[in-house]
Amino acid sequence: MARIDLVDLAHSYGGNSADPESWALKPISMTWRQGGAYALLGPSGCGKTTLLNLISGIVTPSRGKILFDDVDITPLSTQKRNIAQVFQFPVIYDTMTVGQNLAFPLKNRGVPKPEIDARVAEIARLLDLTPYLARKATRLTADAKQKISLGRGLVRADVAAVLFDEPLTVIDPELKWQLRSKLKALHRDLDLTMIYVTHDQTEALTFADTVVVMHDGRVVQSGTPAELFDKPAHTFVGYFIGSPGMNIVPAQVKGREAIVGGHVIALNRAYDHLPPGANIEVGVRPEFVSVEPPAPDLLTANIERIDDLGRVRFARVRIGDVKFAARVPPGFSIPGAQAGLKFDPSRVHVYADSRLVEGAA
Amino acid sequence: MSVTLDHVTRAIDGIPAIRDVSLTLERGTLSVLLGPTLAGKTSIMRLLAGLDKPTSGRVLVDGKDVTGVDVRKRSVAMVYQQFINYPSLSVYENIASPLRVQGKPRAEIESRVQEAAKLLKLEPYLNRTPLQLSGGQQQRTAIARALVKGADLVLLDEPLANLDYKLREELRTELPRIFEASGAIFVYATTEPSEALLLGGRTICMWEGEILQNGETSKVYRHPDTLRVAQVFSDPPLNIVGIEKNNGSVQYAGGVQAPASGLYSKLGDGAYRVGFRAHQLEVANGIADRHAFSATVTVTEITGSESFVHLKRDDSNWVAVLQGVHEYPPGHMLDAVLDPNDLFVFDPAGRLVAAPGAM
Amino acid sequence: MDKTVNQKAWFLVLPVFLIVAFSAILPLMTVVNYSMQDTFGNNQFFWNGVGWFKELLDPSTDLGGRFLASLLRNLAFSAIILAIEVPLGIVVALSMPRDGWRVAVCLVILALPLLIPWNVVGTIWQIFGRPDIGLMGYVLNGIGINYNYVSNEFDAWATVIVMDVWHWTSLVALLCYAGLKSIPDAYYQAAQIDGASRWAVFSAIQLPKMNRVLLIAVLLRFMDSFMIYTEPFVVTGGGPGNSTTFVSIELVKIALGQFDLGKAAALSIVYNLIIIIVCWIFYTVMTNVGVERPEKEAA
Repeated sequence: MARIDLVDLAHSYGGNSADPESWALKPISMTWRQGGAYALLGPSGCGKTTLLNLISGIVTPSRGKILFDDVDITPLSTQKRNIAQVFQFPVIYDTMTVGQNLAFPLKNRGVPKPEIDARVAEIARLLDLTPYLARKATRLTADAKQKISLGRGLVRADVAAVLFDEPLTVIDPELKWQLRSKLKALHRDLDLTMIYVTHDQTEALTFADTVVVMHDGRVVQSGTPAELFDKPAHTFVGYFIGSPGMNIVPAQVKGREAIVGGHVIALNRAYDHLPPGANIEVGVRPEFVSVEPPAPDLLTANIERIDDLGRVRFARVRIGDVKFAARVPPGFSIPGAQAGLKFDPSRVHVYADSRLVEGAA
Repeated sequence: MSVTLDHVTRAIDGIPAIRDVSLTLERGTLSVLLGPTLAGKTSIMRLLAGLDKPTSGRVLVDGKDVTGVDVRKRSVAMVYQQFINYPSLSVYENIASPLRVQGKPRAEIESRVQEAAKLLKLEPYLNRTPLQLSGGQQQRTAIARALVKGADLVLLDEPLANLDYKLREELRTELPRIFEASGAIFVYATTEPSEALLLGGRTICMWEGEILQNGETSKVYRHPDTLRVAQVFSDPPLNIVGIEKNNGSVQYAGGVQAPASGLYSKLGDGAYRVGFRAHQLEVANGIADRHAFSATVTVTEITGSESFVHLKRDDSNWVAVLQGVHEYPPGHMLDAVLDPNDLFVFDPAGRLVAAPGAM
Repeated sequence: MDKTVNQKAWFLVLPVFLIVAFSAILPLMTVVNYSMQDTFGNNQFFWNGVGWFKELLDPSTDLGGRFLASLLRNLAFSAIILAIEVPLGIVVALSMPRDGWRVAVCLVILALPLLIPWNVVGTIWQIFGRPDIGLMGYVLNGIGINYNYVSNEFDAWATVIVMDVWHWTSLVALLCYAGLKSIPDAYYQAAQIDGASRWAVFSAIQLPKMNRVLLIAVLLRFMDSFMIYTEPFVVTGGGPGNSTTFVSIELVKIALGQFDLGKAAALSIVYNLIIIIVCWIFYTVMTNVGVERPEKEAA
């Protein structure tokens, strides 16, 4: 278990002299506490895999340092960093049984046999692999193989951190649930620092205590799932988290009011000092937009479609040029194609040049 | 135009991949093949396309027997999970390729390619090669190429599975619009129930090579014919508990007893299995007329808009989904609550005997 | 995949079929015919039934003895060159760079020996080994080793073996290299993380993943070496004596040298059968080893 510090860490695949905007990872400094569960969340190309590879040692950073418990491990090779990594597809040794696979890292370190057996049995029990220890590893299903990959990482008691690179990619949807709960339970039981890279917000938000949202090589926001959901610091976070994402629409904001598509929305904070010339937008999540029959005090919108996802429904509406998504209860119906929209003022946020603006109370 | 599979079986090395499957697809419809991997979805699509021959049974197009007719003679287009495009051709050429094979005149190719590009928002990328595009754009190119052909039957085999979460979400909302604009028969294979619900149309629920239920999507969702269908068509997984009805009261496996109200009132005495989806299970709300179960929280998963509470109750694992952020520490005991009017009851053979709404 | 049947394709095969029938099947039937006849010349044939075959398979006769001896030489030769070429090929493949311009250079250098016509290979080594004008022969004799492949049996075998290794190791190396390239990087990274030694990486990751490729390489090399004719013939002519007379060379001696058509025909048929059987064994092993039928068990 280790505390991980990233000190002005950055990387460019094109060498140090490349244009700063083209760097795969722009300079970042962060601290990840020991025993924390972190998710690096972002679309393809955002730099999350680069960051993971820098931490595991597969890639040497163009700039900056990485510290494990205040020790600079940047010059160390992967082997010496004492980390474990689970890849996108299961990596197992074909010729060995499950038990031998799990024992492999300990054997390489010269650990005495009785200790190896005890540790392998313990990890197999935690991962529900005990009945399969004598079986050839290649004969198991994909999710079992991923557990073996994971087990090989956990079997070393002193591992500094466990890194996951989109590990559920090849797993069936119903088994994903089981594996996710298993990972979370493992994290709790073993108190390990775990870093999980994914583009899937559900995986990130359910697994991690702290989610680090990345975009275009930068960390956009880092916080608990609730914080990211309630108060996105950047419109990208608003869009990326939540299914569907936040409604982000251009607006004119003055004092306690926002004007969207010619209609007025009340805000619960005052915004008197917005940066001049900035691109002003308001964001509100579909969960906090309610749809009612048209009324004079409500914004009128045209209903384009209602998407039924079984346990929730979303109405896709349009105000002039502006499109909104709103969550509606099951069994929802409105006569006619027009509706009135109501916004919860405490849930409407104002963004200038995509960054959150804190209003005055 | 209609396509029919008539009692089709396909066996590979003696093991049946598809067992006695019959279905008919009509013009202008969208059918979703829903089932886990290895359920037979891809096998059915290959049979519909003519890439494979059935071991027994017939394939009919507009009533004519086309079993054994080579796929090149059929009017079929297919989109795969891996974005399959010609890597050395530009996006424009990729989309135009089926038309060039058909020998269409240049003006027609130009107009149809532009139309498809507009529908799939590919206009800015027409001059790029597929490798210069993102995953989502590559898949859109593949879909455009499938549509431009004007084939009567368009097959999509889990086309969004390899895309990023957000891209999948975006394309998913656009697909219904794209499908309506064309007029062909669409068949869409997926493992995710939410995709089936979003796309609408008809759902063909599959399991281990057999069709379990074939009907309008929301009907299959709300009235699964069998327990297996309910399990396939639930995400998160379906919660199941056994009951015994006797003389006006029901006894749940694990000891809870309750009056046989709601949907139970019309059942005969005997043993049944009750299935309920995650959102049909509520937590400690103290509303009268609910059946309460004491359960222990194993883990809570929070997505921000929803919280998935995993419970352990009497040796079974249940999942409840609650709106908003609800954090329960593991080991916390709470009352999980069922509304007897909002669940599915199946007989011991797995057939549906009671469900919310008119049967 | 079940391709739908198209009967018209048979017509495309017809011309090839006719040519093969004319140039191969008819002569084959003639050989079978000869193998059952005896002749004293003048195109007069007497029926001999399975007489030649009996003689062939009886080591105490002249024909049988020669056949058995040359067969054993073939087997020894194949065993030796496989034992050298396969490990050597693997080592070469492991030492090759993984990417960059160096790969292209290595591939070209490796391909060169494979491109040389076989009798030219034989001629190269024949001259190379001559003590008077050959570089290798001259140098070896110069440093004190009495090397003469014409008169010394051991030297003749050594020359033929070294020539074959020089000629064909590249094939094994290229096949193994292709197998190695298909291993995803993640496996090496995982091995690094697991602290695996170089040997462990080889035995646990590289060798298992090269399995199928190695099987193909072994099959190809065994077949080619078992049928070998040109190279040893050009270098040693089967000598000294008959120490490097392989089955193919023996066959030519009997058929064209002695013009014993019956014996030669019988020999060539038996030779053919042996090759087919070995091929079939290899094929069965190949298609069953790589195929895993995993019992799909959830864990």
